[in-house]
Amino acid sequence: MIDLNELLKNLISAPGLSGYESPVRTLIEQAWQPLTDELHISRLGSLHGLRRGSLTEPRPSVLISAHMDAIGLMVKGLVGEFLRLTQIGGVDARILPGQAVTVHGRQDLPGVIVQPPAHLLPQPYHEAAVPLEYLLVDTGLTAQELARQVRVGDLVSFAQAPLTLAGDAIAGHTLDNRVSVVALTACLELLQKRLLAWDVWAVASAQEEETLGGAFTSGFQLRPSLAIAVDVTFAASPGSPSHNTYPLGKGITLGWGPNIHAGVFRAFEELAKKLEIPYAVEVIPRHSGTDGYALQVVAEGIPTMVIGIPLRYMHTPVETVSMKDVRRAGRLLAEFITTLDETFLEKLSWDA
Amino acid sequence: MPKNSLTIRASQLKLLESLCHAVAVSGDEGEVRKIVLERLKPHADSLKVDALGNILAVKNGTADNRLRVMMTAHMDEVGFMLTHDEGDGIYRFDTVGHVDPRQLAGKAVWIGREHTPGVIGAKPIHLTTAEERRRMLEVENLRIDVGPEGGKVKVGDRATFATPFRRVGPSLLGKALDNRLGVAILLELIEQSPPNVDLLAVFTVQEEIGGRGARVAAFALDPHLAIAVDTTPARDLPAWDDSPNQAYNTRLGAGAAIYVADAATLYDPRLVRHFAETAQALSIPYQIRQPGSGGTDAGAIHRQRAGIPSLSVSVPVRYLHTAASLARLSDWQNTLALLHAALSRLTPALLASPR
Amino acid sequence: MKTLIQKLVETFSPSGYEAAIREVVRAEVAAYADEIHVDALGNLIVRKGNPQGQKIMLAAHMDEIGLMVTHVDENGFVRFTTLGGVRPHTLLGGRVRFLDGQAGVIGSERLDDPAKLPDFEHMFIDVGASSPQQCARRVGDVAAFERPFLDLGQRLVAKSMDDRIGVAVLIATLHQITTTPHNLFFVFSVQEEVGVRGATTAAFGVDPDLGLAVDVCSTGDTPKAAKMEVALGKGPGIKVRDAGVLSDPRVVNWMVRTAEAAQIPYQLEILERGGTDARAIQLTRAGVPAGCLSIPCRYIHSPSEMVDFDDVQNAVRLLHSLLTQPIEL
Repeated sequence: MIDLNELLKNLISAPGLSGYESPVRTLIEQAWQPLTDELHISRLGSLHGLRRGSLTEPRPSVLISAHMDAIGLMVKGLVGEFLRLTQIGGVDARILPGQAVTVHGRQDLPGVIVQPPAHLLPQPYHEAAVPLEYLLVDTGLTAQELARQVRVGDLVSFAQAPLTLAGDAIAGHTLDNRVSVVALTACLELLQKRLLAWDVWAVASAQEEETLGGAFTSGFQLRPSLAIAVDVTFAASPGSPSHNTYPLGKGITLGWGPNIHAGVFRAFEELAKKLEIPYAVEVIPRHSGTDGYALQVVAEGIPTMVIGIPLRYMHTPVETVSMKDVRRAGRLLAEFITTLDETFLEKLSWDA
Repeated sequence: MPKNSLTIRASQLKLLESLCHAVAVSGDEGEVRKIVLERLKPHADSLKVDALGNILAVKNGTADNRLRVMMTAHMDEVGFMLTHDEGDGIYRFDTVGHVDPRQLAGKAVWIGREHTPGVIGAKPIHLTTAEERRRMLEVENLRIDVGPEGGKVKVGDRATFATPFRRVGPSLLGKALDNRLGVAILLELIEQSPPNVDLLAVFTVQEEIGGRGARVAAFALDPHLAIAVDTTPARDLPAWDDSPNQAYNTRLGAGAAIYVADAATLYDPRLVRHFAETAQALSIPYQIRQPGSGGTDAGAIHRQRAGIPSLSVSVPVRYLHTAASLARLSDWQNTLALLHAALSRLTPALLASPR
Repeated sequence: MKTLIQKLVETFSPSGYEAAIREVVRAEVAAYADEIHVDALGNLIVRKGNPQGQKIMLAAHMDEIGLMVTHVDENGFVRFTTLGGVRPHTLLGGRVRFLDGQAGVIGSERLDDPAKLPDFEHMFIDVGASSPQQCARRVGDVAAFERPFLDLGQRLVAKSMDDRIGVAVLIATLHQITTTPHNLFFVFSVQEEVGVRGATTAAFGVDPDLGLAVDVCSTGDTPKAAKMEVALGKGPGIKVRDAGVLSDPRVVNWMVRTAEAAQIPYQLEILERGGTDARAIQLTRAGVPAGCLSIPCRYIHSPSEMVDFDDVQNAVRLLHSLLTQPIEL
């Protein structure tokens, strides 16, 4: 039995910024090795794990995508003993001042993001939120040493250590979207002892936070009959409106909207009810902001589903998730996959 | 080719009426899909519904050396989606596709396949201040109300404006003329398709939210060329100060609108030329749609695979994406006539030299 | 090479209407190509090298930003919209040339507030006509900026250095290559300025194993410029990221190693605003390891874009090195 809490803490302790996922990919590979028949790496660096099904070939396949890349920062320039930053993925600069970071230079260096004194900032920002371009990183090194260790293009990741909170919750950076990778791992573990009709592709995708590049290219390469994106969604928390957030620890979300195939949604909803897995319908009027947005329009089109795991404080170093919801997601995915048989596709329709 | 061989008959008006009355918002095109599939069955050589809900119909030609021509008409309309139940029959909603929030307050809506009636209310004027009335009502502040017992609708249902379709003299009035006009035209073209082409007619989904249906259909079909049939704004109203209107986009009554460029596509000049020359030769009224903003299914199509030469031809329509759009019967007729004539005159020689 | 650059930059071919520049490029490359063809969107694709080798796609875009006519008013003044990222402040008083050679100047309506820039709706092109009948322009006609090439010795200035300088680098590299273990596809792409459309379809058609765009990047070395480490004259840029792409780190390292081994100066480039064909190549089909070789350029998208001639020549040297030796990513 995999200790999912430990797995999650390990995964978020490894860097894996968009475009530079290899450190975390190595850990995921290790976790998936005993759970899959084959493992490959795509040309963009996504990880593909195959569990072969038993139907005669050509067999239908289902692809489950959980992006492994994380948002973070990159060194844009060196100014004496300080570093200037640019962002990778969507970073709210207001959470940066005072944050502990790791600068991945010629070796890993501890650093702090600092807000310069007001008189050293442009007038509008003396009292207001300071944009990223005016923040700096101080590593404590001299200018000379810094120039030896760090160069333009080096990555900077958050250094907040994971915390275990009350109620089987974990807080840390990069839970978006490592929690989904953990859910997918849990799913693979549950499937180990089950007989599968369809092929199952577990994909830890690259570059979701920047271009959805992993989803587009893995979808094209693998051409599944069905695609499921697993990502975090907004959990209710102070300051977030209640009409489009979901309570933490009280269930996962099933996406509903143009990005989701209505027939696949209905199959998931029926199953969740049957298994008494608590869920909420997440209405998504336009695009889902997940790998699902890319997967649906790959090649000739793929029937797509989006599953959400509620998360508080998304894109901050103190993202918070309930492990109960992570396990629920893993279980629902596994059970759904075991219902896929040779009649599923011919019965699948948008119109009920 | 007699220029009025394709006239708008009463049966087509009835068809357009039933199409306009359907509630089929992007991602939920089922009601229109049903009508279209019914109409296509006797005419298509092959028919299929793909992973996104597009209808792909093929009508093969008979001549030698035929071009494979993809033509699209999107089935979806802009509308609303119920997002949150506030109790007492009141729902929060969000827009699907681009809708100006100033078009919403005080309107009636139809919800779901049942066309359950609802209203988007507004505060009584008596209870507002002058200052308040100067501020725009955002979607955030508006609600759909189905009545105190609530009941028949649920979160996730789609809704559209509840405008009955009418013929008014030379004009047509209704909601979703964008793009039920295009759907009606494409259905007619399949019935009348000329022998020199294989017509790959695609009734697409989700055009209003990024040409998503057209994208995958184009990849699947990989045609020689593609034509999107749609509607385009006619902004030909007077200015508040009577200054000349230089950004009218198209004008009602001036004929089929041929696109040179919009925000999503720089159209293939060979196709623009072919259609303009056909219109001139047959005296079919046409206009060049002003370049600038906007987009059609062609935006997604031309970028597929190794590139697909594409064109858009549209019926000019006033007040698109509002409760009541207005078009001229003559523009519908001329767009249909131009498409048919230009299609009949397409030869592989058109694409022989580079664009 | 300066003669080549001048010929390229003084051609008028805005996005979507690249026929003229395509013919200029074709004349320069036809004799060096193993195969040459034009695809459905107008991309010019030249294959050279070992048909069994790794497929490497190079892309430099032939199109430039420009203007398109939307309306001719009752006095013969021409209203327009833009093609690509045109900036209002670069237009006032500027000169344009339509594809048939007709020239025009850009004027604006009276400025209510001289401190505020007019937007495009308040500008027009004056071709010297006094009525619509006299004015030969029609809705849909296109024009590009007119500014002759200026050789300042070390520095070169012209409109459309973006990306005719990249086109020049590809042509010069192609001319220099005698043997290569790879299967090289030199793509002179179209419609980059309106969303890397040409490179998208060209990359699908070529289906490469590796891709490099060659395009300009801005610099941080002018007074009170936006902070950026790249400077003119310090070497071609090896792109780490721009607003549309994160270069494959293996490609970046390969480019750095090659530059260092050949002792060619280079700069690591991060561009926060702006994208290139590299994105289109990277996201093609099942994915392509991609990067970009950049020519540092001041005043991009103005009629007076400036590059350093040493940077240009070093870019050719680096590209030649990259394409003629075995590759280990």
